[in-house]
Amino acid sequence: MNEVFINGKYSGTIENPGDFVKQIKQERRKGVISKNLNVFHDKKSNEIHISTSGGRARRPLIIVKDGIPLLTEKHIKQLQNNEITWSDLVDQGIIEYIDAGEEENALVSFDEKSLTPHHTHLEIDSVTMLGLTTSLVPFGNFNPSARLNAGSKNQKQALGFYASNFPIRLDMDVNLLHYPQVPIVNTIMHEISDYKHHPAGQNVVVAVMSYKGYNMEDAIVLNQGSIDRGLGRSTYYRPSLAEELRYSGGLMDEVTVPDKDIKGFKSEKDYRLLEGDGIIFPEAKVAEDDVIIGKTSPPRFLSGLDEYNLASSTRRESSVSLRHGEKGVIDFILLTENSEGNKLVAVRIRDQRIPEIGDKFTSRHGQKGVIGIIVPNSDMPFTTSGIVPDIIFSPHSIPSRMTVAHLLELIAGKTGSLSGRFVNGTTFNSESEEALREELLSLGFREDGSETMFDGATGLQYKSKIYVGNMYYMKLKHMVANKLHSRARGPIQLLTRQPTEGRAKEGGLRLGEMEKDTFIAHGASLLLKERFDSDRTVIPVSEETGIMGFYDTYNDKQMEPVSSETAEINDIEISYAFKLMLDEFKSLGIYPKLILKNKY
Amino acid sequence: MNPTLKKLIGKIPENILEEANSLLPKGASASKIQKIADKLLEEYDYAKVAAGESVGIVSAESIGEPGTQMTLNTFHFAGVAEMNVTMGLPRIIEILDCRKKIKTPMMEIYLKSPYNKGKDIRKLALSIKETVFEEVTKEFLINIVESKVEIKLNKERLKELGLTLNNLITIIKKGAKGQIQNIKGDSDKITVKVKSKEENLNEVYKFKEKVRKVFVKGIKGIKQVLPVKRGEEFIIITAGTNLKKIFELNWVDKEKTISNDVIEIYDTLGIEAARQALINEVYKVIEAQGLNVDIRHIMLTADTMCTSGVMKGITRYGVVSEKSSVLARASFETPIKHIINAALIGEKDELNSVIENVMLNQAVPIGTGLPGLVTKEKESKK
Repeated sequence: MNEVFINGKYSGTIENPGDFVKQIKQERRKGVISKNLNVFHDKKSNEIHISTSGGRARRPLIIVKDGIPLLTEKHIKQLQNNEITWSDLVDQGIIEYIDAGEEENALVSFDEKSLTPHHTHLEIDSVTMLGLTTSLVPFGNFNPSARLNAGSKNQKQALGFYASNFPIRLDMDVNLLHYPQVPIVNTIMHEISDYKHHPAGQNVVVAVMSYKGYNMEDAIVLNQGSIDRGLGRSTYYRPSLAEELRYSGGLMDEVTVPDKDIKGFKSEKDYRLLEGDGIIFPEAKVAEDDVIIGKTSPPRFLSGLDEYNLASSTRRESSVSLRHGEKGVIDFILLTENSEGNKLVAVRIRDQRIPEIGDKFTSRHGQKGVIGIIVPNSDMPFTTSGIVPDIIFSPHSIPSRMTVAHLLELIAGKTGSLSGRFVNGTTFNSESEEALREELLSLGFREDGSETMFDGATGLQYKSKIYVGNMYYMKLKHMVANKLHSRARGPIQLLTRQPTEGRAKEGGLRLGEMEKDTFIAHGASLLLKERFDSDRTVIPVSEETGIMGFYDTYNDKQMEPVSSETAEINDIEISYAFKLMLDEFKSLGIYPKLILKNKY
Repeated sequence: MNPTLKKLIGKIPENILEEANSLLPKGASASKIQKIADKLLEEYDYAKVAAGESVGIVSAESIGEPGTQMTLNTFHFAGVAEMNVTMGLPRIIEILDCRKKIKTPMMEIYLKSPYNKGKDIRKLALSIKETVFEEVTKEFLINIVESKVEIKLNKERLKELGLTLNNLITIIKKGAKGQIQNIKGDSDKITVKVKSKEENLNEVYKFKEKVRKVFVKGIKGIKQVLPVKRGEEFIIITAGTNLKKIFELNWVDKEKTISNDVIEIYDTLGIEAARQALINEVYKVIEAQGLNVDIRHIMLTADTMCTSGVMKGITRYGVVSEKSSVLARASFETPIKHIINAALIGEKDELNSVIENVMLNQAVPIGTGLPGLVTKEKESKK
């Protein structure tokens, strides 16, 4: 006796579960019942689950009968000649979609070779076990799974040619690689995904060797000559928007060059690039603090009197200017209106990004690294045939990560570039290593991919052969220019008078609790005091009441209202945070009395 | 001891002097010995920790930093049987917090000769294991009509434990006082008529549940026993502790027997033993993790926990609550509580310690913040 559930709801029992399930499958394939239906026979608990609901992940498989797949050469020919389509195959019951439950009852063959009479299904291709980006990794079956994941994650962050209509787009934070290339070592997925129309990397010559310690810990060495020739060059686009908002009382923002008498007027210099309409002109070179859209806003709060007294206009400055540390060229200006019909100004800034120390690059195997040094072309190592590598990659990145495909791609890329062809590196279906090596040998190179190399600086031959070849490298969107940050003086928070936090706010780098402990452990007491001086304040305290007072400018003396006139008032130097805490105590009804005493 | 060295008593600990004395070359001249003594004093002074050194925070960092590398919650199997011990960070936290109930209490019982050679070891081990009534029974049957409980006994177990039917009856009588109306024993079963108001099944059931857990034999708290050979000696490892009762047995070597429950050691042997146990237990964990922490850091921590004569954990109820400064206490968990209580009694903070001065951004009285320079201003001639 088997219980039958339809979409999780109990709906009856069945005597002969095997036949029942078989019949459902048959009729589904024939098209009698919906193709969207899946059955799962749970033999352990004698339950049959029929699912027709949405939201199930299903995947297509070729149906196999008696060890022979239903998909034949004839079908493939017809497909190639556009005589039939995919949905015809599904309709004919040659390919079916299976969900996670039905998969439990299926025996799926990974490839055609290993088919047995027990198999019920055949994978359309072995790469279908991987996702789109993961199947873009060449020789993926030679990598540990963790590296495949890392490799596909890295590819998603690569700079490339993201959209061909980029000149008229206003995407936020976009990068564009200048000379993108199609990889020499590709996979079937590159073809399927039309990779050649949106490539995201460049083919470079990679030498696997150490270089004076500048490629330790996953760093890479870049050739200055290659950079000069355009390697890894990209453009960074960032649009800024300004709207003329309407406020109550018929007041509104105005895009204009702000007047000098306006509240919060910056400086004449900051507005110098604005044209008469209050908007900057295209191709203007801008740097931090430069105003790109001049704008004024009405005063924030109108008191009763001010409303009738508009003559004394106290409009506020609300221009859009470049952020701290930002630079670039005005690329594109768009004037339009928003959904409420208000004026909308969009200005796009472009900035050329030439690779510099700290920029991040990666191969397709999760072997990411940042530039450790950029070496002049003349100082780079070179081979006997005069080839100078673009990138020097550290061999120490290989053993622990076991990315064998990284090494294979290098040799495949070398073979491909020398013989002027693309190399197929599709996971599970790649060209064989032996064939590639043979081809390399026939091209007059050592079959193991290594070459005699010379030190560019001294001209001396290296004692060992160096493994060099071509690889597909990608520049990742993490560039130092967006991350570099330092501070000596800068903005502070209103409440605590301590430095602000974060790069965007030009913040300080926090010296935290544990860092503080290290100062104490070293006995560096006075140094610690100095480090925490950022919110130092001097406050007059009454000796009589122990309450903090203030400096009365009118009478030119220190004041503490609770004390008597004759009370002695002295200055103390404490952190503002502590002053704040004492104030909070007062608000709790606690009287924090400061008892002053000379230190010595 | 050499008279020259003897003069140093009070400046150098005597055990060091004695060691030096034993190492003195034979027939060394008085001037040479004087030289040795001078050098000894110099070296000793040099080895002392300087005044103003922040030993506390150095200890905290020295224990805390390796703590971050410790594998979380490791269970380590103590040799043969399926007995396990809390190790790693949870154990360190447990010890330093002075938890009353530790996760895996254990004892290592050393035996007096001839038992330490393995004589009767199984019997001894079994005799201290806590046995409850349930363990010597096969089944409980409830007679609803007569409100009687029929208990079938496990004769083999009884024999093993050396108990008789009459023994059991007295134990039950004692364990379930006031619930029994009458009790009858018959070779391998005991029938108990339960005292209850008419037909109250609940009472009968309650009695059954109670009698199950009645303590029969052995030592309370000892859940498991395991005789092990350690080196040349046989010892008994137990899960569960009861030092007091174990020490009452005459075949136990009281000098070597140890529990891993620091609080229990404090209760039975006193604060000095507890301090040593604390050091040993913490060091054992650190050593087992393959870490290297100087024992003096642990000793300092143990000292802080024991100086008051009572065990105090490093928690807001223990060591931290002892701090004299309100601000220092408030900076460590539950600040409102400390501030409010201080306000109620008008507490005064002398700002003598580190954390208060960090709050105020004053030089902390440690290291370079300790010495001050006082000059006398020249009196003006006016």
